[in-house]
Amino acid sequence: MKTCLVVDDSKVIRKVARHILETLDFTVEEAEDGREALSRCEVNMPDVVLLDWNMPVMGGMEFLRTLRQGDHENQPKVVFCTTENDAAHIRAAIDAGADEYVMKPFDRETLESKLQIVGVA
Amino acid sequence: MELSDGAARILSALLESRTGQQLSVSRRWRIETALQSLMRERKLPSLDHLTAYLASGREPGLADAVVEALLNNETFFYRDRPAFELLLGPALSRLREKREGEKLLRIWSAGCSTGQEAYSLAMHFAEQKLRWQGWTIELIGTDVSRSAIEKARTGLYTQFEVQRGLAVMQMIRCFEECPGATWRISPDLQRAVNFQVHSLVEPPPHPGRFDIILCRNVLLYFPADMRRRVFDRLAQASHEDSILMLGAGETVIGQTSHFISDSENRGLYIRAPRPQAMRAAS
Ligand SMILES: C[S@@+](CC[C@H](N)C(=O)[O-])C[C@H]1O[C@@H](n2cnc3c(N)ncnc32)[C@H](O)[C@@H]1O
Repeated sequence: MKTCLVVDDSKVIRKVARHILETLDFTVEEAEDGREALSRCEVNMPDVVLLDWNMPVMGGMEFLRTLRQGDHENQPKVVFCTTENDAAHIRAAIDAGADEYVMKPFDRETLESKLQIVGVA
Repeated sequence: MELSDGAARILSALLESRTGQQLSVSRRWRIETALQSLMRERKLPSLDHLTAYLASGREPGLADAVVEALLNNETFFYRDRPAFELLLGPALSRLREKREGEKLLRIWSAGCSTGQEAYSLAMHFAEQKLRWQGWTIELIGTDVSRSAIEKARTGLYTQFEVQRGLAVMQMIRCFEECPGATWRISPDLQRAVNFQVHSLVEPPPHPGRFDIILCRNVLLYFPADMRRRVFDRLAQASHEDSILMLGAGETVIGQTSHFISDSENRGLYIRAPRPQAMRAAS
C-alpha cells in the first residue's frame, strides 16, 4: 500500500482528503504544518505529499524547498492542494519542485486523476 | 415529495421519446432533485403540477427543459485515464499505420456532454503536432442535450471542471484563466472540434463513417433493445478496422454481435468479422 502525507492546517480538509485517499487504497498520515510534515518525512518518507500553501509555523512552499534540498534518492511526489488558484501560483509551485497542483474545492475524480498523473495511483 | 405513478409515467415517456433513455425505478429518486430548480423557477409546487402543466402544452419550451434537466451530464477530461492511454497509445499507433495512405482520421465522441471527452483528444493531437503533420484529424462531438453542446462550444469551464482529469501543466498550456474563476480553452483547440446536437437514435452525423468512436457512459441508460439498435448504428458508422471505446463499466458482450473485444487492447472494441465471411469460412 502506498502512503500519502496530508499537510493542511484545516482538520476538515484533512478528513475529506483522508476519506478519499483511503478509498483509493492509500495509507494516510497527517500533519498540521510544514514543520510537522518535515519531521514525519524524516521518520517515514511517504510516496506522495498532499500539500496546502498557507499554514502557520511553516507554509507549503518552505516545506517543499526544504524537502527538495534533501536526499535526492528518496523524494516523494508532491501535489499542492490549495485555494491559491491562479496561474502565477501554479507556476511558482512547479518551479519549486511540485509535481502536480489541485485547486480547492476538489473531488475524488480530481484527486484520483492527479495521483495517476504523478504515477502513484 | 412523492413521485406519483402518473407523473413518473409522463416523465419517463417524455425522456424516452426524446432520447431513447429509460427512467428505471432505481433512478426515480433522482427525478425530484433534478427537476427542483426548474419547478422553483416556474413556481410549480409539485411534480404532479409540473406534469399537468407539461401535458397542457401551454409552454412549448418546458418539455425541452425537463429533458435537459433529467439528463446526467457527468464527465471530465481523460475520464478513465488507463483506457485513454490504451486508445491514444497502441490502438492509435495501429490505426495510424493503416491510414498512412490517406492520412485522414475521423473521430466521433458520441454523447460528449459538455465537451471534455472530445477536447481531451484534441489536446492529445495538438501535443503531438509533429507526429501528425500532414494529417487531417476530424473531431466531432455530439450530444442530445442542447445546453451541453452550447457549453462545449464555448470552451469555458469552471475552476472545478477544468482541473478534473487534467494534468496541471496541460491545463496551463491549453487554457487561459478568465475573470470569475473560469478557464477558456485555447482558440486552436476550440476550432479543432465540431460540436453538434444529435441523438444516438438517429442516423450517424456527417460524414457517417468514423475511424474511432467513443460512446461512453451513455448506453447504460438505454433499455436493451434500444442499446442494440444504437450498436447497429455505430457499426454502420464505422469501418472494418475502426475502434470503439465504451465507458469503464460497459461492454459489448451480450449486447450486440457487431463488435468484439480488441484482443491487442483489452477494454477497447473492434468490428466483428462480417456474418457472411464467418458463414463462408465455416
Ligand atoms: C454521463 S454523460 C457521459 C459523457 C462522456 N461521454 C463521458 O463518458 O464522460 C452522458 C451523456 O449522454 C447524453 N445522451 C443521453 N442520451 C443521448 C442520446 N440519445 N443521444 C446522444 N446523447 C445522449 C447525455 O445528454 C449526457 O451528456
